[in-house]
Amino acid sequence: MSATAETTTGGNGHVGRALRRKEDPRLITGRASYVDDINLTGQLWAAWVRSPEAHAKIVSIDTSAAKARDGVIAVYTHEDLDMEAALPMAWVPPGVDVNTPDHWVLAKGEVKHVGDPVAFVVGDDRYAVVDAAEDVLVDYDPLPVVTDPEAALEEGSALVHEQFGTNKICEWSLGGGDLEAGFAEADVVIERRIVNHRIAGGAIEPRGVLAEWRADKLTVWSSTQVPHFLRLFLSMLLEISEDRVRVIAPEVGGAFGSKLNIYAEEIGCAWASRKLGRPVKWIETRSEGMMVTHHGRDQIDKVRVGAKRDGTMTAFHTTIIADCGAYQMLLTPMIPPLSAFVMCGVYKTPAVQTDIIDVMTNKFPTDAIRGAGRPEATHLIEVMMDQLAAELGMDPLEVRRKNFIPPFTEPHETPIGVAYDSGNYAAALDKLLTHVDPAQVRQEAEGLREKGIYRGIGFCTYTEICGNAPSRIVGPGGFGLQGGGWESATVRVHATGAVTLYTGTSPHGQGHETGFAQIVADRLGIDPQQVDVIHGDTQTGPFGLDTYGSRTLAVGGEAAARAAKKVADKAKAIVAHQLEADPNDIELSDGKWIVRGSPEKGMALGDVAGAAYVPENLPEGMEPGLDEQSFYDPDNFVFPFGAHACVVDVDAETGKIDIVRYVAVDDCGPPINPLLIDGQVHGGITHALGQALFERIHYDESGQLVTGSFVDYALPTAAELPSYETDRTVTPSPVNSLGVKGVGEAGTIAGSATVTNAVIDALRPLGVTFIDMPLTPLRVWEAINKAKGGSQ
Amino acid sequence: MIPPEFDYVAPESLDEVLSALRDGGEDAKVLAGGHSLLPLMKLRLAAPTLLVDLRKLPGLRGAQRENGQWKIGAMTRHVDLQGNPDLGPVGQATALIADQQVRNRGTIGGSLAHGDPASDLPTVLVACEGSVTITGSDGTREVAAGDLFQDYLTTAVGSGEVLTEVRVPDFAGWGSSYKKFTRRAEDWAMVGVVAMVKKAGDGSVEDVRVAFTNMGSTPIRATATEEALRGKGVDGIAAAAEQAAEGTDPPGDLNATPDYKRHLARVLTRRALEEAAAG
Repeated sequence: MSATAETTTGGNGHVGRALRRKEDPRLITGRASYVDDINLTGQLWAAWVRSPEAHAKIVSIDTSAAKARDGVIAVYTHEDLDMEAALPMAWVPPGVDVNTPDHWVLAKGEVKHVGDPVAFVVGDDRYAVVDAAEDVLVDYDPLPVVTDPEAALEEGSALVHEQFGTNKICEWSLGGGDLEAGFAEADVVIERRIVNHRIAGGAIEPRGVLAEWRADKLTVWSSTQVPHFLRLFLSMLLEISEDRVRVIAPEVGGAFGSKLNIYAEEIGCAWASRKLGRPVKWIETRSEGMMVTHHGRDQIDKVRVGAKRDGTMTAFHTTIIADCGAYQMLLTPMIPPLSAFVMCGVYKTPAVQTDIIDVMTNKFPTDAIRGAGRPEATHLIEVMMDQLAAELGMDPLEVRRKNFIPPFTEPHETPIGVAYDSGNYAAALDKLLTHVDPAQVRQEAEGLREKGIYRGIGFCTYTEICGNAPSRIVGPGGFGLQGGGWESATVRVHATGAVTLYTGTSPHGQGHETGFAQIVADRLGIDPQQVDVIHGDTQTGPFGLDTYGSRTLAVGGEAAARAAKKVADKAKAIVAHQLEADPNDIELSDGKWIVRGSPEKGMALGDVAGAAYVPENLPEGMEPGLDEQSFYDPDNFVFPFGAHACVVDVDAETGKIDIVRYVAVDDCGPPINPLLIDGQVHGGITHALGQALFERIHYDESGQLVTGSFVDYALPTAAELPSYETDRTVTPSPVNSLGVKGVGEAGTIAGSATVTNAVIDALRPLGVTFIDMPLTPLRVWEAINKAKGGSQ
Repeated sequence: MIPPEFDYVAPESLDEVLSALRDGGEDAKVLAGGHSLLPLMKLRLAAPTLLVDLRKLPGLRGAQRENGQWKIGAMTRHVDLQGNPDLGPVGQATALIADQQVRNRGTIGGSLAHGDPASDLPTVLVACEGSVTITGSDGTREVAAGDLFQDYLTTAVGSGEVLTEVRVPDFAGWGSSYKKFTRRAEDWAMVGVVAMVKKAGDGSVEDVRVAFTNMGSTPIRATATEEALRGKGVDGIAAAAEQAAEGTDPPGDLNATPDYKRHLARVLTRRALEEAAAG
């Protein structure tokens, strides 16, 4: 029996339908409750005193004026926080030394980046605590600053953390095949230095936390995507037994990885609440968010590709210098290595090697931002494919096709040891080309050129790794993550037949309340509206591993399907018993369990629940109740894939780029809800185009954050973006019974190379052959000027 | 995003406004639409101790044509002016200010009194040689656009004074264009160009005005371009536009180097002049 048949019960066919999101009515009518909407009696407010220096010794801190201000109850500095442990970092790769500095809730002796917190004020007036934070006088003795990761690696560089004698965090490599032979065999070897700049998550709801210590129990509401992790670390850092800590992620207004962390403010507010015996709340301002909510990317990628004349790639070698910032947060040094896992791309290159150097600088830490490692890898691979095609004088799509891994439905082992689950890359590209015709675009380009408009087209064919994960691969003995990768679900059928699904994942805007309800509803013969999906509360459901890395559906959704199947199996046994039939002859048809072939008699879920909770007539030895749980640990990741195309117009006089079309074909297996997939693809592409054309976190040489607000950090709006065209191919994953793969990051992973290739294609007639992101008008204009000057 | 403490009054007459400003001294500020001042306060870059809100003052909203010129009340919102074809560059520029939410609240008087060289309306006022009425305890005075903008965020509106009215000439006979170069639609201009062209019966350029947004510490007239084009045919636009950046010394920033801004000024001047001449 195939895995798919195992949990499919022949329900009412809700899976696959473009149902509108169940969560939307409350969101669009303002009925949702975010952290900032929750207020408790006796609540206090916190405000943070942050370093204006990028690197300095703290000579003294004078809190007297702040303490004297009306409305202020306490001001705390590092010494006040009697905490034994620093903020967590969860990656311990076997056999690799990782230089990890202590990252305290409040800076100890020195500040290491702009925004490093040195004190916090707690008081009963939201405004007074902000004024009081300005009253705290800190005397800093500036220390040398380093912001460039390559300079940071040089002998004699200023050191971010003196005790290591180096700014290097660690070196980590993943490779396979004979690289030397691959390059020796190549007719052509090209090299590029590709900068993947620093970006922010840009969630519209800033972070926020409300902590309440009451009757020896701690409840924390946080705008987080990892409530279960947060509970674990609150328990460890504050030394409170886990059963007495409850974390609730209420409505969360976007995260994109930036809320996949354990932040100083969360621990600080909880600590202060216990200290003062009153609830303590903090809501991040946007300025704080740009400064102290973790950033992403910030890699310098040196890439070398070897190929035969006919386009066949023989070797692919990447050295990544990753600027990790001043401290390591939950997964900081582990993000660049995630690039290595997909460095083979969709190609059968026999030798692939990735060497990573993680580096410290005086900037805020990087960590997971949408895609986390895979956008960096895909960007450099796919930009290199076009660079290689140009070098060989071949069509970029021809080079791709030459190197595609042929279609496969069972795992395909790449030379680096990663086994792709299923794929059909040529089919995705073929589908894409039914929507966009490169020849036609080139013809249009001819007509536009006399107006000074240069039209170009770019492509990307990608795969990525998600569905974290098989615990044996990612865990302590494998990749070194200090945790598992399973997910949990409980399906609770109430006495009337209403259903609550508790998931250990913690979605924050993706629409899983709808998608998960569809999965459960089909297995129980009910309407998705009858399934309430509860997430993000550590007290209501089983322990879970939260939401990130496009894992929620492929792991958490499968857990939900399995828990629902357990319920369905018990229901069948009850129905069989009551209808005096063999359980194997019971099937779900039109909302009722019937004896196959006798649709006139049957029991709906409500009837079964009644029988289970009023147990007068259950099979011998069966326990009452209808409430089942699943803990699912997959045996492989899942690997979505697809092909994207973008058409751009570049105004050669000003350098301004206009995105004319963006077409995406993505394959994430059988769709649970096509509308949710489109939503994720649209948002994902927007993040990619945002990074490629608009967004950039920029520090100057003294470590000051230049892009500290949405004025300078240019998140794109609807006015800058085209209406995306989406389509899909469907290649089921053999890994889970739903056949699904994640899609939350796919657009982000594929998009930046797509548009970058389009811009380079547009500018080739002007002599521009390469350009780094972000493709701002200034940068494009300078590239055109440089090409005119004849130098590259 | 919490401003320092301040007091707030919303008087119902101009006399009360002026007396509140007098009592408040140097640290009192007039509040019009609030879309420049309030963000600065929230970022703690401005810390007035008193805000005197003009919202209850009668008669400060609306545009009227009178004696060959337009009189626009200082509290007229951008939304009231945006896209109005009779208002030439005023209608064109107000349609491009930030986003609709800002245009619903922001006022012409507030924008001009704030004197941000990256704002659009100061450039328009300079290009069309308009003027403003400034009212203080000693009475009212009329200040020409050229004298209003003194330096970065510094205007002739003194503390204790209120900009109450804006005057711009009738635009009949003029073609105009506002070219605003931004990364995002809602951004401040990297460079903006107002062009106004009045053509003679023979199609030549009888008169011409060109002014820049964000090319210096105040709005700047491109006099070299104007002189090169005045009295010439429209086929002289490209050559005249080449002189657009002459004498400018724009500040660089993350999005634009001074060289790039000067280049944009030339390109946008040509495009704006072509559009204005065609209109």
